[in-house]
Amino acid sequence: MKIRQLSVFLENRPGHLSHVCRVLAEAGINIVTMTLADTREFGILRLIIREWQRAKEVLETAGFAVNLTDVMAIEVADEPGGLEKILKVAEDGGLSIEYMYAFACKPTKNALIVIRFDDLDHASAVLAAAGIGIVSAAEFYTDISGDNDDPQQMD
Amino acid sequence: MEYDIHPDCMPDYLDPGELRALQLARLQATVQRCFDNVDLFRQRMNERGLTPGDIRTLDDVSKLPFTQKTDLRDTYPYGLFAVPMKEVVRLHASSGTTGKPIVVGYTKDDLDVWSSVVLRSFIAAGLHAGDVLQNAYGYGLFTGGLGAHGGAERLGAAVIPISGGNTDRQIMVMKDFGVTAICCTPSYFIHLIEKVNASGISFKDLDLKIGVFGAEPWTDAMRDYIQRESGIRAFDIYGLSEIIGPGVGIECSEQSGIHIFEDHFLVEIVDPRTDEVLPAGEEGELVITTLTKQAFPMIRYRTHDITSIVPERCACGRTLCRINRIRSRSDDMMVIRGINVFPSQIESALLSVEEKLPHYQILLTRKSGLDQIEVQVEVTEEMFGDRIRELETMQKNLAYAIEHTIGLRVPVRLVEPHTIARSEGKAKRIIDKRSEGEEIR
Repeated sequence: MKIRQLSVFLENRPGHLSHVCRVLAEAGINIVTMTLADTREFGILRLIIREWQRAKEVLETAGFAVNLTDVMAIEVADEPGGLEKILKVAEDGGLSIEYMYAFACKPTKNALIVIRFDDLDHASAVLAAAGIGIVSAAEFYTDISGDNDDPQQMD
Repeated sequence: MEYDIHPDCMPDYLDPGELRALQLARLQATVQRCFDNVDLFRQRMNERGLTPGDIRTLDDVSKLPFTQKTDLRDTYPYGLFAVPMKEVVRLHASSGTTGKPIVVGYTKDDLDVWSSVVLRSFIAAGLHAGDVLQNAYGYGLFTGGLGAHGGAERLGAAVIPISGGNTDRQIMVMKDFGVTAICCTPSYFIHLIEKVNASGISFKDLDLKIGVFGAEPWTDAMRDYIQRESGIRAFDIYGLSEIIGPGVGIECSEQSGIHIFEDHFLVEIVDPRTDEVLPAGEEGELVITTLTKQAFPMIRYRTHDITSIVPERCACGRTLCRINRIRSRSDDMMVIRGINVFPSQIESALLSVEEKLPHYQILLTRKSGLDQIEVQVEVTEEMFGDRIRELETMQKNLAYAIEHTIGLRVPVRLVEPHTIARSEGKAKRIIDKRSEGEEIR
Protein backbone atom coordinates (compact mmCIF):
# COMPACT_ATOMS: atom_id res chain seq x y z
CA MET A 1 0.00 0.00 0.00
CA LYS A 2 2.97 2.28 0.27
CA ILE A 3 4.08 3.73 -3.00
CA ARG A 4 7.59 5.01 -3.25
CA GLN A 5 7.92 8.53 -4.53
CA LEU A 6 11.08 10.33 -5.67
CA SER A 7 11.50 13.97 -4.69
CA VAL A 8 13.92 15.97 -6.78
CA PHE A 9 15.18 19.42 -5.81
CA LEU A 10 14.98 21.83 -8.76
CA GLU A 11 15.88 25.43 -9.24
CA ASN A 12 12.98 27.32 -10.69
CA ARG A 13 14.69 28.22 -13.96
CA PRO A 14 13.96 27.48 -17.58
CA GLY A 15 15.23 24.09 -18.70
CA HIS A 16 15.63 22.47 -15.31
CA LEU A 17 12.42 20.44 -15.42
CA SER A 18 13.05 19.28 -18.96
CA HIS A 19 16.54 18.24 -17.90
CA VAL A 20 15.05 15.75 -15.43
CA CYS A 21 12.68 14.41 -18.05
CA ARG A 22 15.49 14.09 -20.59
CA VAL A 23 17.68 12.15 -18.17
CA LEU A 24 14.84 9.72 -17.50
CA ALA A 25 13.89 9.44 -21.16
CA GLU A 26 17.46 8.67 -22.16
CA ALA A 27 17.55 5.88 -19.58
CA GLY A 28 14.29 4.50 -20.98
CA ILE A 29 12.45 5.19 -17.75
CA ASN A 30 8.76 5.98 -17.85
CA ILE A 31 7.13 8.39 -15.42
CA VAL A 32 3.87 7.05 -14.03
CA THR A 33 2.79 10.34 -12.62
CA MET A 34 4.32 13.48 -11.22
CA THR A 35 3.62 16.80 -9.63
CA LEU A 36 5.65 19.92 -9.10
CA ALA A 37 5.57 22.06 -5.97
CA ASP A 38 7.32 25.35 -6.49
CA THR A 39 8.22 28.71 -5.04
CA ARG A 40 9.59 31.70 -6.92
CA GLU A 41 13.14 30.37 -6.69
CA PHE A 42 12.99 26.61 -6.40
CA GLY A 43 10.71 23.64 -6.42
CA ILE A 44 10.38 19.95 -5.61
CA LEU A 45 9.46 17.60 -8.40
CA ARG A 46 7.64 14.55 -7.07
CA LEU A 47 7.75 11.52 -9.30
CA ILE A 48 6.09 8.13 -9.18
CA ILE A 49 8.23 5.78 -11.17
CA ARG A 50 8.05 2.04 -11.34
CA GLU A 51 11.81 1.55 -11.56
CA TRP A 52 12.42 4.02 -8.81
CA GLN A 53 15.83 2.65 -7.79
CA ARG A 54 17.24 2.99 -11.26
CA ALA A 55 15.58 6.39 -11.69
CA LYS A 56 17.18 7.59 -8.46
CA GLU A 57 20.55 6.36 -9.65
CA VAL A 58 20.45 8.02 -13.06
CA LEU A 59 19.15 11.27 -11.61
CA GLU A 60 21.87 11.34 -8.97
CA THR A 61 24.48 10.56 -11.58
CA ALA A 62 23.12 13.52 -13.55
CA GLY A 63 23.76 15.66 -10.48
CA PHE A 64 20.32 15.99 -8.90
CA ALA A 65 19.54 15.74 -5.18
CA VAL A 66 16.92 13.01 -4.86
CA ASN A 67 15.00 11.86 -1.79
CA LEU A 68 12.55 9.03 -1.20
CA THR A 69 9.15 9.45 0.40
CA ASP A 70 6.37 6.96 0.95
CA VAL A 71 2.96 8.00 -0.25
CA MET A 72 -0.37 6.27 -0.58
CA ALA A 73 -2.52 5.73 -3.66
CA ILE A 74 -6.22 5.73 -3.10
CA GLU A 75 -9.07 4.88 -5.39
CA VAL A 76 -11.67 7.56 -5.58
CA ALA A 77 -15.06 7.17 -7.14
CA ASP A 78 -15.09 9.43 -10.19
CA GLU A 79 -18.32 11.18 -9.24
CA PRO A 80 -19.44 14.20 -7.23
CA GLY A 81 -18.49 13.78 -3.58
CA GLY A 82 -16.01 11.01 -4.28
CA LEU A 83 -13.02 12.82 -2.88
CA GLU A 84 -15.01 14.55 -0.16
CA LYS A 85 -15.96 11.17 1.27
CA ILE A 86 -12.32 10.20 1.70
CA LEU A 87 -11.29 13.55 3.10
CA LYS A 88 -14.12 13.28 5.64
CA VAL A 89 -12.74 9.92 6.81
CA ALA A 90 -9.27 11.42 7.03
CA GLU A 91 -10.53 14.40 8.97
CA ASP A 92 -12.59 12.31 11.38
CA GLY A 93 -9.61 10.02 11.92
CA GLY A 94 -7.37 12.99 12.72
CA LEU A 95 -5.15 12.41 9.71
CA SER A 96 -3.03 15.22 8.43
CA ILE A 97 -2.46 15.46 4.70
CA GLU A 98 0.80 17.01 3.58
CA TYR A 99 -0.20 17.19 -0.05
CA MET A 100 -2.06 15.22 -2.68
CA TYR A 101 -2.29 15.00 -6.40
CA ALA A 102 -4.57 13.14 -8.75
CA PHE A 103 -4.21 11.72 -12.15
CA ALA A 104 -6.72 10.90 -14.78
CA CYS A 105 -5.14 7.97 -16.56
CA LYS A 106 -7.45 5.20 -15.46
CA PRO A 107 -8.65 1.98 -16.97
CA THR A 108 -11.39 1.68 -14.34
CA LYS A 109 -14.30 3.90 -13.51
CA ASN A 110 -12.43 5.20 -10.47
CA ALA A 111 -9.87 7.98 -10.30
CA LEU A 112 -6.58 7.61 -8.46
CA ILE A 113 -5.09 10.11 -6.07
CA VAL A 114 -1.71 10.09 -4.44
CA ILE A 115 -1.66 11.37 -0.89
CA ARG A 116 1.25 12.10 1.39
CA PHE A 117 0.02 11.66 4.96
CA ASP A 118 1.86 12.88 7.98
CA ASP A 119 1.63 9.42 9.53
CA LEU A 120 1.31 6.83 6.84
CA ASP A 121 0.67 3.75 9.03
CA HIS A 122 -2.01 5.47 11.04
CA ALA A 123 -3.58 6.68 7.81
CA SER A 124 -3.76 3.25 6.24
CA ALA A 125 -5.38 1.83 9.38
CA VAL A 126 -7.99 4.58 9.46
CA LEU A 127 -8.75 4.38 5.76
CA ALA A 128 -8.90 0.58 5.72
CA ALA A 129 -11.29 0.60 8.67
CA ALA A 130 -13.54 2.93 6.72
CA GLY A 131 -13.45 0.59 3.77
CA ILE A 132 -11.64 3.00 1.49
CA GLY A 133 -9.83 1.42 -1.41
CA ILE A 134 -6.11 1.71 -0.90
CA VAL A 135 -4.25 0.64 -3.99
CA SER A 136 -1.35 -1.72 -3.50
CA ALA A 137 1.87 -1.10 -5.32
CA ALA A 138 1.17 -4.07 -7.58
CA GLU A 139 -2.33 -2.92 -8.35
CA PHE A 140 -1.18 0.61 -8.80
CA TYR A 141 1.16 -0.20 -11.62
CA THR A 142 -1.26 -2.66 -13.17
CA ASP A 143 -3.93 -0.02 -13.16
CA ILE A 144 -1.66 2.45 -14.80
CA SER A 145 0.18 0.46 -17.35
CA GLY A 146 -1.82 -2.72 -17.69
CA ASP A 147 1.44 -4.51 -16.96
CA ASN A 148 1.56 -6.37 -13.67
CA ASP A 149 4.92 -8.05 -13.58
CA ASP A 150 7.66 -6.77 -11.32
CA PRO A 151 5.76 -4.30 -9.20
CA GLN A 152 7.64 -1.74 -7.17
CA GLN A 153 10.06 -3.37 -4.83
CA MET A 154 9.35 -2.27 -1.32
CA ASP A 155 11.85 -2.54 1.44
CA MET B 1 51.53 80.44 4.49
CA GLU B 2 51.72 79.45 8.12
CA TYR B 3 49.09 81.96 9.15
CA ASP B 4 46.24 80.04 7.58
CA ILE B 5 47.14 76.65 8.96
CA HIS B 6 44.65 75.33 11.50
CA PRO B 7 46.53 74.72 14.78
CA ASP B 8 45.54 71.04 14.75
CA CYS B 9 47.22 70.69 11.36
CA MET B 10 50.65 71.94 12.41
CA PRO B 11 52.04 68.36 12.62
CA ASP B 12 51.23 67.96 8.91
CA TYR B 13 54.18 70.24 8.21
CA LEU B 14 56.70 69.09 10.82
CA ASP B 15 60.34 69.03 9.92
CA PRO B 16 61.15 65.39 9.07
CA GLY B 17 63.84 65.17 11.76
CA GLU B 18 61.48 66.52 14.39
CA LEU B 19 58.75 64.16 13.22
CA ARG B 20 61.03 61.15 13.55
CA ALA B 21 62.11 62.19 17.04
CA LEU B 22 58.48 62.58 18.05
CA GLN B 23 57.60 59.20 16.55
CA LEU B 24 60.45 57.47 18.38
CA ALA B 25 59.51 58.96 21.74
CA ARG B 26 55.88 57.98 21.23
CA LEU B 27 56.79 54.49 19.99
CA GLN B 28 58.93 53.87 23.06
CA ALA B 29 56.13 55.02 25.35
CA THR B 30 53.58 52.84 23.52
CA VAL B 31 55.80 49.77 23.71
CA GLN B 32 56.34 50.36 27.41
CA ARG B 33 52.62 50.74 28.06
CA CYS B 34 51.76 47.61 26.10
CA PHE B 35 54.52 45.68 27.85
CA ASP B 36 53.15 46.76 31.23
CA ASN B 37 49.46 46.29 30.51
CA VAL B 38 48.83 43.81 27.68
CA ASP B 39 49.55 40.18 28.61
CA LEU B 40 49.77 38.86 25.06
CA PHE B 41 52.27 41.53 24.04
CA ARG B 42 54.47 41.05 27.11
CA GLN B 43 54.44 37.28 26.58
CA ARG B 44 55.54 37.70 22.96
CA MET B 45 58.26 40.16 23.92
CA ASN B 46 59.51 37.71 26.53
CA GLU B 47 59.52 34.88 23.98
CA ARG B 48 61.82 37.00 21.82
CA GLY B 49 63.96 38.08 24.76
CA LEU B 50 63.00 41.69 24.12
CA THR B 51 62.37 44.49 26.57
CA PRO B 52 60.95 47.95 25.84
CA GLY B 53 64.48 49.28 26.28
CA ASP B 54 65.55 47.48 23.11
CA ILE B 55 63.64 50.00 21.01
CA ARG B 56 66.31 52.62 20.49
CA THR B 57 65.63 53.78 16.96
CA LEU B 58 62.57 53.87 14.74
CA ASP B 59 64.00 51.00 12.69
CA ASP B 60 63.91 48.84 15.82
CA VAL B 61 60.14 48.60 15.31
CA SER B 62 60.90 45.71 12.97
CA LYS B 63 62.05 43.66 16.00
CA LEU B 64 58.59 43.84 17.53
CA PRO B 65 56.03 41.05 17.11
CA PHE B 66 53.17 41.55 14.66
CA THR B 67 49.57 41.78 15.80
CA GLN B 68 47.17 39.77 13.65
CA LYS B 69 43.43 40.06 13.38
CA THR B 70 43.21 36.58 14.90
CA ASP B 71 44.85 37.99 18.05
CA LEU B 72 41.90 40.36 18.37
CA ARG B 73 39.53 37.43 18.02
CA ASP B 74 41.42 35.27 20.50
CA THR B 75 41.44 37.98 23.14
CA TYR B 76 37.79 38.98 22.60
CA PRO B 77 36.46 41.24 23.90
CA TYR B 78 38.90 43.26 25.99
CA GLY B 79 42.11 41.22 26.09
CA LEU B 80 44.25 43.77 24.24
CA PHE B 81 43.02 46.82 26.13
CA ALA B 82 45.85 48.67 27.86
CA VAL B 83 43.78 50.69 30.33
CA PRO B 84 41.23 49.78 33.00
CA MET B 85 37.61 49.91 31.82
CA LYS B 86 36.90 52.96 33.96
CA GLU B 87 39.08 54.99 31.60
CA VAL B 88 37.28 53.73 28.49
CA VAL B 89 34.57 56.10 27.31
CA ARG B 90 33.62 54.57 23.96
CA LEU B 91 33.44 51.12 22.40
CA HIS B 92 33.05 50.29 18.73
CA ALA B 93 33.05 46.95 16.98
CA SER B 94 33.96 45.67 13.57
CA SER B 95 33.70 42.32 11.83
CA GLY B 96 35.92 39.56 13.09
CA THR B 97 36.92 36.66 10.91
CA THR B 98 34.29 34.34 12.37
CA GLY B 99 31.06 34.80 14.27
CA LYS B 100 32.19 37.28 16.92
CA PRO B 101 33.10 40.88 16.13
CA ILE B 102 36.26 42.56 17.32
CA VAL B 103 35.88 45.25 19.94
CA VAL B 104 37.88 48.47 20.06
CA GLY B 105 37.92 51.03 22.87
CA TYR B 106 38.76 54.70 23.32
CA THR B 107 39.72 56.86 26.28
CA LYS B 108 38.81 60.55 26.35
CA ASP B 109 42.30 61.30 25.01
CA ASP B 110 41.84 58.75 22.23
CA LEU B 111 38.61 60.45 21.15
CA ASP B 112 40.49 63.74 21.17
CA VAL B 113 43.20 62.30 18.91
CA TRP B 114 40.56 60.73 16.69
CA SER B 115 38.62 63.95 16.18
CA SER B 116 41.88 65.79 15.49
CA VAL B 117 43.02 63.40 12.75
CA VAL B 118 39.55 63.47 11.18
CA LEU B 119 39.62 67.28 11.34
CA ARG B 120 43.03 67.24 9.61
CA SER B 121 41.55 64.88 7.04
CA PHE B 122 38.65 67.19 6.30
CA ILE B 123 40.97 70.17 6.00
CA ALA B 124 43.24 68.25 3.62
CA ALA B 125 40.13 67.56 1.53
CA GLY B 126 39.33 71.28 1.46
CA LEU B 127 36.59 71.59 4.09
CA HIS B 128 36.33 74.62 6.38
CA ALA B 129 34.36 75.75 9.38
CA GLY B 130 30.99 76.74 7.95
CA ASP B 131 30.71 73.83 5.56
CA VAL B 132 27.48 71.86 5.80
CA LEU B 133 28.46 68.21 5.97
CA GLN B 134 26.05 65.40 5.22
CA ASN B 135 27.46 62.46 7.15
CA ALA B 136 26.01 59.43 5.41
CA TYR B 137 28.33 56.94 7.06
CA GLY B 138 26.43 54.57 9.29
CA TYR B 139 26.16 55.66 12.92
CA GLY B 140 26.51 52.88 15.43
CA LEU B 141 29.11 50.25 16.20
CA PHE B 142 30.75 51.04 12.86
CA THR B 143 33.48 53.67 13.38
CA GLY B 144 32.63 55.59 10.20
CA GLY B 145 29.63 57.59 11.39
CA LEU B 146 30.77 58.79 14.80
CA GLY B 147 34.39 59.13 13.66
CA ALA B 148 33.53 61.56 10.88
CA HIS B 149 31.03 63.28 13.15
CA GLY B 150 33.61 64.09 15.86
CA GLY B 151 36.12 65.52 13.40
CA ALA B 152 33.56 67.63 11.58
CA GLU B 153 32.20 69.16 14.78
CA ARG B 154 35.72 69.92 15.91
CA LEU B 155 36.33 71.65 12.59
CA GLY B 156 33.23 73.74 13.04
CA ALA B 157 31.29 72.31 10.14
CA ALA B 158 27.53 71.92 10.50
CA VAL B 159 27.12 68.16 10.69
CA ILE B 160 23.95 66.48 9.47
CA PRO B 161 24.01 63.06 11.16
CA ILE B 162 21.78 61.46 8.57
CA SER B 163 23.57 58.09 8.70
CA GLY B 164 23.30 55.60 5.83
CA GLY B 165 20.35 54.56 3.71
CA ASN B 166 17.03 56.15 2.70
CA THR B 167 18.31 57.62 -0.54
CA ASP B 168 15.26 59.81 -1.22
CA ARG B 169 15.68 61.55 2.10
CA GLN B 170 19.42 61.94 1.48
CA ILE B 171 18.68 63.77 -1.77
CA MET B 172 16.04 65.97 -0.18
CA VAL B 173 18.42 66.95 2.63
CA MET B 174 21.30 67.51 0.22
CA LYS B 175 19.17 69.97 -1.72
CA ASP B 176 17.12 71.66 1.00
CA PHE B 177 19.84 71.96 3.67
CA GLY B 178 22.40 73.47 1.31
CA VAL B 179 24.86 70.64 1.81
CA THR B 180 28.40 71.55 0.68
CA ALA B 181 30.23 68.33 1.57
CA ILE B 182 29.32 64.71 2.02
CA CYS B 183 30.98 61.65 3.42
CA CYS B 184 29.92 58.06 2.72
CA THR B 185 31.22 55.03 0.87
CA PRO B 186 32.15 55.78 -2.76
CA SER B 187 29.75 53.14 -4.03
CA TYR B 188 26.89 54.71 -2.11
CA PHE B 189 27.71 58.07 -3.65
CA ILE B 190 27.59 56.52 -7.11
CA HIS B 191 24.16 55.24 -6.17
CA LEU B 192 23.21 58.78 -5.08
CA ILE B 193 24.40 60.17 -8.42
CA GLU B 194 22.08 57.81 -10.26
CA LYS B 195 19.14 58.70 -8.04
CA VAL B 196 19.80 62.44 -8.26
CA ASN B 197 19.92 62.22 -12.05
CA ALA B 198 16.74 60.15 -12.11
CA SER B 199 14.93 62.66 -9.89
CA GLY B 200 15.48 65.43 -12.40
CA ILE B 201 17.69 67.49 -10.07
CA SER B 202 20.96 68.77 -11.55
CA PHE B 203 24.14 68.77 -9.52
CA LYS B 204 24.61 72.31 -10.89
CA ASP B 205 21.70 73.40 -8.72
CA LEU B 206 23.23 71.89 -5.58
CA ASP B 207 25.88 73.44 -3.34
CA LEU B 208 27.79 70.18 -2.99
CA LYS B 209 31.51 70.66 -3.67
CA ILE B 210 33.45 67.99 -1.78
CA GLY B 211 33.07 64.29 -1.11
CA VAL B 212 35.13 62.36 1.42
CA PHE B 213 34.79 58.70 0.57
CA GLY B 214 36.16 55.66 2.32
CA ALA B 215 35.49 52.41 4.18
CA GLU B 216 36.02 50.43 0.98
CA PRO B 217 38.66 50.35 -1.75
CA TRP B 218 37.76 52.30 -4.87
CA THR B 219 39.46 52.90 -8.16
CA ASP B 220 40.62 55.97 -10.07
CA ALA B 221 37.96 55.09 -12.66
CA MET B 222 35.30 55.45 -9.95
CA ARG B 223 36.75 58.81 -8.95
CA ASP B 224 36.74 60.03 -12.56
CA TYR B 225 33.12 59.00 -12.87
CA ILE B 226 32.10 60.67 -9.59
CA GLN B 227 33.89 63.93 -10.36
CA ARG B 228 32.61 64.08 -13.91
CA GLU B 229 29.02 63.23 -13.12
CA SER B 230 28.59 65.31 -9.99
CA GLY B 231 31.13 68.08 -10.47
CA ILE B 232 32.46 67.63 -6.92
CA ARG B 233 36.00 66.72 -5.88
CA ALA B 234 36.25 63.25 -4.41
CA PHE B 235 38.85 62.32 -1.78
CA ASP B 236 39.87 58.92 -0.49
CA ILE B 237 39.99 58.73 3.32
CA TYR B 238 41.73 55.73 4.85
CA GLY B 239 41.20 54.10 8.19
CA LEU B 240 40.31 50.93 10.00
CA SER B 241 38.61 50.30 13.30
CA GLU B 242 41.54 48.32 14.67
CA ILE B 243 43.74 51.41 14.39
CA ILE B 244 41.26 54.21 15.14
CA GLY B 245 38.57 54.31 12.44
CA PRO B 246 38.52 56.85 9.60
CA GLY B 247 41.35 59.38 9.80
CA VAL B 248 44.49 57.24 9.62
CA GLY B 249 45.16 59.10 6.39
CA ILE B 250 43.60 60.99 3.50
CA GLU B 251 44.36 62.42 0.10
CA CYS B 252 45.13 66.12 -0.16
CA SER B 253 44.21 68.51 -2.98
CA GLU B 254 46.88 66.86 -5.14
CA GLN B 255 44.84 63.60 -5.10
CA SER B 256 48.08 61.76 -5.42
CA GLY B 257 48.38 59.26 -2.59
CA ILE B 258 47.05 59.10 0.94
CA HIS B 259 48.89 61.16 3.56
CA ILE B 260 49.31 59.22 6.78
CA PHE B 261 49.08 61.14 10.04
CA GLU B 262 52.49 59.94 11.05
CA ASP B 263 52.59 61.71 14.38
CA HIS B 264 49.96 59.17 15.48
CA PHE B 265 50.50 56.19 13.16
CA LEU B 266 53.79 54.57 12.20
CA VAL B 267 53.57 52.73 8.89
CA GLU B 268 55.71 49.99 7.40
CA ILE B 269 55.32 47.96 4.25
CA VAL B 270 56.16 44.26 4.65
CA ASP B 271 56.36 41.36 2.27
CA PRO B 272 53.22 39.39 3.22
CA ARG B 273 55.01 36.07 2.62
CA THR B 274 58.41 36.65 4.25
CA ASP B 275 57.35 39.36 6.74
CA GLU B 276 60.46 41.33 5.72
CA VAL B 277 60.20 45.11 5.79
CA LEU B 278 60.26 46.52 2.25
CA PRO B 279 61.84 49.81 1.18
CA ALA B 280 59.75 52.82 0.13
CA GLY B 281 58.26 52.38 -3.30
CA GLU B 282 57.92 48.61 -3.10
CA GLU B 283 54.50 47.12 -2.90
CA GLY B 284 53.53 44.98 0.08
CA GLU B 285 51.23 44.77 3.07
CA LEU B 286 50.62 47.87 5.14
CA VAL B 287 51.56 47.40 8.81
CA ILE B 288 50.55 50.09 11.30
CA THR B 289 51.68 50.83 14.84
CA THR B 290 49.65 53.35 16.83
CA LEU B 291 51.82 55.94 18.57
CA THR B 292 49.37 57.66 20.89
CA LYS B 293 46.41 55.34 21.42
CA GLN B 294 45.75 54.67 25.11
CA ALA B 295 42.85 52.23 25.40
CA PHE B 296 43.57 50.02 22.41
CA PRO B 297 47.15 50.44 21.19
CA MET B 298 48.22 48.31 18.25
CA ILE B 299 51.78 47.20 17.68
CA ARG B 300 52.61 46.30 14.06
CA TYR B 301 49.03 45.54 13.08
CA ARG B 302 48.80 43.53 9.86
CA THR B 303 46.15 45.38 7.84
CA HIS B 304 46.27 42.97 4.87
CA ASP B 305 45.88 46.05 2.67
CA ILE B 306 48.31 45.97 -0.24
CA THR B 307 49.96 49.28 -1.11
CA SER B 308 53.34 51.03 -1.27
CA ILE B 309 54.89 54.14 0.26
CA VAL B 310 55.30 57.05 -2.17
CA PRO B 311 58.98 58.01 -1.81
CA GLU B 312 58.68 61.65 -2.93
CA ARG B 313 57.55 64.66 -0.93
CA CYS B 314 54.05 65.85 -1.86
CA ALA B 315 53.56 69.12 -3.76
CA CYS B 316 50.95 70.20 -1.20
CA GLY B 317 53.70 71.02 1.28
CA ARG B 318 52.80 68.41 3.90
CA THR B 319 55.84 66.53 5.14
CA LEU B 320 53.72 63.49 6.00
CA CYS B 321 54.48 60.39 3.98
CA ARG B 322 51.96 59.07 1.50
CA ILE B 323 50.82 55.59 0.61
CA ASN B 324 49.27 54.71 -2.69
CA ARG B 325 45.55 53.98 -2.73
CA ILE B 326 44.74 50.46 -1.58
CA ARG B 327 44.82 48.16 -4.58
CA SER B 328 43.99 44.81 -3.12
CA ARG B 329 44.04 42.66 -0.03
CA SER B 330 46.42 39.92 1.00
CA ASP B 331 43.56 37.95 2.50
CA ASP B 332 40.07 37.07 1.36
CA MET B 333 38.29 39.92 3.09
CA MET B 334 35.48 41.48 1.05
CA VAL B 335 34.23 45.00 1.60
CA ILE B 336 30.51 45.15 0.93
CA ARG B 337 28.86 48.56 1.23
CA GLY B 338 31.63 49.57 3.60
CA ILE B 339 31.24 46.50 5.79
CA ASN B 340 34.11 44.04 6.06
CA VAL B 341 33.09 40.48 5.41
CA PHE B 342 35.20 37.35 5.53
CA PRO B 343 34.15 34.10 3.84
CA SER B 344 34.95 32.41 7.16
CA GLN B 345 32.10 34.38 8.74
CA ILE B 346 29.70 33.11 6.10
CA GLU B 347 31.00 29.59 6.75
CA SER B 348 30.47 29.77 10.48
CA ALA B 349 26.96 31.09 9.88
CA LEU B 350 26.14 28.22 7.51
CA LEU B 351 27.54 25.75 10.03
CA SER B 352 25.34 27.16 12.76
CA VAL B 353 22.34 25.96 10.72
CA GLU B 354 23.59 22.88 8.88
CA GLU B 355 25.63 20.19 10.60
CA LYS B 356 27.82 19.70 7.58
CA LEU B 357 29.21 22.67 5.67
CA PRO B 358 27.29 22.80 2.40
CA HIS B 359 28.98 23.76 -0.82
CA TYR B 360 28.46 27.47 -1.13
CA GLN B 361 29.56 30.44 -3.15
CA ILE B 362 29.46 34.16 -2.53
CA LEU B 363 28.42 36.19 -5.54
CA LEU B 364 29.19 39.91 -5.55
CA THR B 365 27.70 42.23 -8.13
CA ARG B 366 26.99 45.93 -8.36
CA LYS B 367 23.61 47.38 -9.28
CA SER B 368 23.32 51.14 -9.81
CA GLY B 369 26.39 51.73 -7.71
CA LEU B 370 25.35 49.52 -4.81
CA ASP B 371 27.11 46.31 -3.91
CA GLN B 372 24.89 43.27 -4.09
CA ILE B 373 25.76 40.03 -2.34
CA GLU B 374 24.14 36.66 -2.72
CA VAL B 375 25.11 33.40 -1.09
CA GLN B 376 24.38 30.32 -3.14
CA VAL B 377 24.05 27.06 -1.26
CA GLU B 378 23.94 23.68 -2.92
CA VAL B 379 21.09 21.49 -1.72
CA THR B 380 21.99 17.88 -1.02
CA GLU B 381 19.80 14.89 -0.21
CA GLU B 382 20.56 15.30 3.48
CA MET B 383 19.34 18.87 3.46
CA PHE B 384 15.75 18.33 2.37
CA GLY B 385 12.84 15.93 2.64
CA ASP B 386 10.10 16.52 0.19
CA ARG B 387 8.42 19.47 1.78
CA ILE B 388 8.70 22.93 0.30
CA ARG B 389 8.32 24.56 3.67
CA GLU B 390 11.33 22.69 5.05
CA LEU B 391 13.40 24.20 2.28
CA GLU B 392 11.90 27.62 2.84
CA THR B 393 12.62 27.39 6.55
CA MET B 394 16.19 26.30 5.87
CA GLN B 395 16.66 29.17 3.43
CA LYS B 396 15.29 31.62 6.00
CA ASN B 397 17.45 30.20 8.79
CA LEU B 398 20.59 30.40 6.66
CA ALA B 399 19.85 34.00 5.70
CA TYR B 400 19.12 34.91 9.31
CA ALA B 401 22.35 33.30 10.55
CA ILE B 402 24.39 35.20 7.96
CA GLU B 403 22.69 38.50 8.76
CA HIS B 404 23.22 37.89 12.46
CA THR B 405 26.93 37.20 11.88
CA ILE B 406 27.93 39.93 9.44
CA GLY B 407 25.25 42.55 10.00
CA LEU B 408 24.15 42.64 6.38
CA ARG B 409 20.96 41.21 4.97
CA VAL B 410 22.07 38.63 2.45
CA PRO B 411 19.76 36.70 0.14
CA VAL B 412 20.44 32.99 0.12
CA ARG B 413 19.76 31.10 -3.09
CA LEU B 414 19.33 27.35 -2.96
CA VAL B 415 20.89 25.73 -6.00
CA GLU B 416 21.11 22.21 -7.36
CA PRO B 417 24.12 20.04 -6.49
CA HIS B 418 27.27 20.51 -8.57
CA THR B 419 26.20 23.86 -9.95
CA ILE B 420 28.98 25.68 -8.12
CA ALA B 421 32.15 25.33 -10.14
CA ARG B 422 34.99 23.48 -8.49
CA SER B 423 38.55 23.84 -9.56
CA GLU B 424 41.02 21.15 -8.50
CA GLY B 425 38.36 19.83 -6.17
CA LYS B 426 38.24 23.10 -4.30
CA ALA B 427 35.29 25.41 -4.73
CA LYS B 428 35.98 29.01 -5.58
CA ARG B 429 34.18 30.72 -2.75
CA ILE B 430 33.98 34.28 -4.02
CA ILE B 431 32.86 35.43 -7.44
CA ASP B 432 33.34 39.18 -7.55
CA LYS B 433 31.71 40.71 -10.61
CA ARG B 434 31.45 44.18 -9.15
CA SER B 435 33.99 45.84 -11.42
CA GLU B 436 32.28 44.37 -14.48
CA GLY B 437 29.07 46.07 -13.50
CA GLU B 438 30.68 49.39 -12.62
CA GLU B 439 28.83 52.31 -14.10
CA ILE B 440 31.88 53.98 -15.57
CA ARG B 441 30.83 55.76 -18.70
